[in-house]
Amino acid sequence: MAVNLKTLTEEELFYGAKTCQGCGALMACRMVMKVVGPKSCVAIPACCMAATTTVYPQSAIFVNNVVTAFPGLAATIAGMAAGGEAMGWDDDTTYVAFGGDGGTVDIGIQGLSGAAERNDNILYVCYDNEAYMNTGVQRSGSTPEYCWTTTTPTGPCSKGEEGQLRKNLLEIMAAHRVPYAATASVAYPMDLLRKVEKAKAYKGCRVLHISAPCPTGWGYDPARSVEIGKMAVESGMWYLAEYEDDKLKLTYRPKALEPVEPYLKCQRRFRHLKPEDIQEIQSVRDQGWERLAALYEGVR
Amino acid sequence: MAKAFLSGNEAAAHGVRLSRPKVVSAYPITPQTTLVEKLADFKAAGEADFKYIMVESEHSAMAAALGVSMMGARVFTATSSQGLLYMCEMLHYVSGARHPIVMVDANRATAAPWNIYGDQRDAYAMRDSGWIMLFVESGQEALDTVIQAYRIAEDPSVMIPVMVNLDGFTLTHTYDLVDIPDQALVDRYLPPLHTTNKLDMKDPKTLCMTVGPDYHAEGRLLQQKAFDDAEKMIIQADREYAALTGRGYHGMLEEYRCEDAELALVATGSVSGTARVVVDMLRAQGRRVGLIKIRSFRPFPKAYFAGLGGRFKGVGVVDRSISFGYEGTLYTEVRAAMYGSPAKMQNYIVGLGGRDIPKEVVVQMYDELEKTVNGNSSGEMRFLGMRW
Amino acid sequence: MNKPKVGCNLHLPTSYDDLYFGASTGVGILPSVNSGFRTFHPTFRQDLCIHCSLCWIYCPEGCIDRTSGQMEVDMDYCKGCGICAHECPKKCITMVRDGEDDG
Repeated sequence: MAVNLKTLTEEELFYGAKTCQGCGALMACRMVMKVVGPKSCVAIPACCMAATTTVYPQSAIFVNNVVTAFPGLAATIAGMAAGGEAMGWDDDTTYVAFGGDGGTVDIGIQGLSGAAERNDNILYVCYDNEAYMNTGVQRSGSTPEYCWTTTTPTGPCSKGEEGQLRKNLLEIMAAHRVPYAATASVAYPMDLLRKVEKAKAYKGCRVLHISAPCPTGWGYDPARSVEIGKMAVESGMWYLAEYEDDKLKLTYRPKALEPVEPYLKCQRRFRHLKPEDIQEIQSVRDQGWERLAALYEGVR
Repeated sequence: MAKAFLSGNEAAAHGVRLSRPKVVSAYPITPQTTLVEKLADFKAAGEADFKYIMVESEHSAMAAALGVSMMGARVFTATSSQGLLYMCEMLHYVSGARHPIVMVDANRATAAPWNIYGDQRDAYAMRDSGWIMLFVESGQEALDTVIQAYRIAEDPSVMIPVMVNLDGFTLTHTYDLVDIPDQALVDRYLPPLHTTNKLDMKDPKTLCMTVGPDYHAEGRLLQQKAFDDAEKMIIQADREYAALTGRGYHGMLEEYRCEDAELALVATGSVSGTARVVVDMLRAQGRRVGLIKIRSFRPFPKAYFAGLGGRFKGVGVVDRSISFGYEGTLYTEVRAAMYGSPAKMQNYIVGLGGRDIPKEVVVQMYDELEKTVNGNSSGEMRFLGMRW
Repeated sequence: MNKPKVGCNLHLPTSYDDLYFGASTGVGILPSVNSGFRTFHPTFRQDLCIHCSLCWIYCPEGCIDRTSGQMEVDMDYCKGCGICAHECPKKCITMVRDGEDDG
C-alpha cells in the first residue's frame, strides 16, 4: 500500500519532545515512526533525540524504546533484534535505531558496519544535522566544507571546516550490499515516507540517511527548516537516492541545479564565505554531480 | 555427570552451554579465544542452540549483549584485557540498567608494554563498574561458577551482571579432569530467566533513560543495596549448588587451614592453588600458616575482614596487579576492611604479565610476613619473584 | 483534540519502593507542556484551508490535529516554530503573538 498523507495514521509515537523549535531531527523521527508504527522497538544513542525525549520522569516516545551508549547504537539494536527473535517476538516487529550524523558516520560507524555485514534485522536511521548538535555544534564527519562550527571557528586563519567531502553513508552501506539503503530529506516527506515503507518491507539491515536541518546549529529562523531542506536538495548540496537490487539511483532529480549561494547565504554557519569560497563549494558540488551521473541511475 | 579432560576455557564453555543462554555475543581475544571457539563448536555440533552474534569488537559485544538482555533473554559474553578495557563504557551501562549479563574475563595484563599473559590488572581496572566480580581457582570452579553466576545475577533481589574471572593461560589453557553436570541437574538449579526489566509489547518500556540530579542518587542507593543482597545470594547459590552437585566453593571466600593460624595470606584466582600446597608444606614443618581465598571481590567480603580483629598476627595480601602510585589493588581493599585490626600487614606484588608464581615465592611471602610480625620488616609493599 | 495530554502516564515516585528500577520507566510520559518555547502561535483561516495536510506532516511536534475535519493545534505542545505557516500553500496560517487576539 502506497503511503498517502490523507490516510497516514493520526497516532503520534514521538510527542512532547523538548527539541528546539523547528527541529529537523524530530521531523525525521516522527515521519519515520508514522510508517513504522507501534509494533516496534526504538533505540537512540546519547544524542539530541535522547536528551529531549527520555529524561526521567519524561518519556516522549510512545513505543518500547531504549537509550544506548553513543558508539553502541547499531550493536544494541542488533542485540535487541536477536533477543526478540530468540524470545519469539513476532516477525513483523521493527527494530528501529535513530542516530545522529556523529553517532553514525563517526563514533558509530564500526558498529553499523558490523551490523550491515552480518545483515542484522534492523532499520537504522541516521538523522543528519551536519554536526554534533547535542553538545553544542561541533564538527562531525558529516560537516560540509567551509562550515562554521564551534570546533571549526572562522577567523583570519580559518574558513571553517576544511574537508571538502563528507562521509557518504549511502555508498558505505551500498558497499556492504545491504538489502536497502536510501538518503532522504525531511523537506520531501512523500519521498521519505515511501522509502520508510520500502525499508520496512525488507528483512535484514536497512539504512536511511535523512537530511535534517537544524535551526540552532545552522543559524536560521526555525520557520525555514523545510525551505532550507528543499534548497539543499535543489542546489545539489544534498541528494535523494536509494540503493536497491545492488543499484544506486536518484529518486528525485532537480530540473536544473540551483546555484549554491542562496542556500549558503541564508545560514549563519556560512555567512563568512567569500565569493571565491562559494565558487569552490559550487565546483566541488559540480564534480560531485558528475560523479553521481556515472554511478547512479536517473541523474541525467 | 560426565568427566572430561578440559582446559579452563573449555570447562567454562560447558558451564555456558549448560546455562542455556539464548544468545552469545563475543569477539575473540587471547587468552579467551578457546572459550568462544568451544561455544561455536557446541553450536556446530548441535549441542547448543543459542544465536551467536559475531560482533566486530568488544564494545559491540557488550552493547549487543545489553540489547539481548533488554528483550528479556539470557545472554553470555567473554573477553580479556584490552577487550575488557574497550568495553568498559558498556560495563557501567549494563550494571546501571540492572541487566543480569554473565561474562567470563580471562585475566590478562594490560598494554603497554604489550603482553598477552596472565595478571589481574584488567579486572581490577573495572572495580567500580558496578559488576559482581568472582575469581575462580580451577577449570572446575569456572564451569560451576558460570552456572552459579546466572543464578546470582538473575535473582530478582540482585539483578546485577557478573564477571567470572579466570586467570589467563594459568587456568584458561591448562587441562584438568572436570566433572560436567547433567543438563537436567543444571535445569533444576537454574530456571529460565524471568524479569520485568525488559521491553514488552503489552507493557512498553523505556530503558536506560537519562536520570538527572533530581532522582539519580536514589537509584544509586538501590544499586548499592542490591550488592548487599548479592552477598547473600552468592552464598545461597553456592550452597544450593553444592547440595545438588556435591561441589561448593564456600560462598564469598574460603579459609584454608586458618583455624589456629598466626599468619594468613589473602589471594584470588589460580595462585590460591599454589598457596594451598605451600600451606600444607609449611604446616608439615610446624608453622601456623593459613590461606584466605577471596572468591567475591565485588561485593567485597568486608564483614569478614572487619571481624578478624587480632585473630592473625600477620596478614599478607597477594596481588597480581598494582595501582601505580599506591599499592596492590587487593591490598588496599583488605587493609581498609581490616581498619583497626592489630594484625601486621604486608603486600606482595607478583605474577605480573604472566610471570610464574612458584611455591618458593609463596614460601617467601610467609617468611616476609613472619619478619614483619617480628618487627624486622623494611616496608609494607614489595615485588617478589623479580629478576633483580 | 486527539493528542497525548500533559501529565499522561506520569507517576512521580514517593519512596524507594516506588522508584524506577535500573534505568527503566514506562512510555508516553509527559510531565510538562512545551508552550513555554513559544512566542507566536499559528491561527488557521479554515475557509481557505484545502486540507492538503502539508502542515500536519511537516509539524515537527505532530501537534496539528485533523481528526475533527478542521486543522486544530495542540497549544500545550506547539512550540511556535512557524513551519506550518511558512509552508502552507494557501497561506491560510498566520503566526500571532501569544496573548494577542487571534482575529
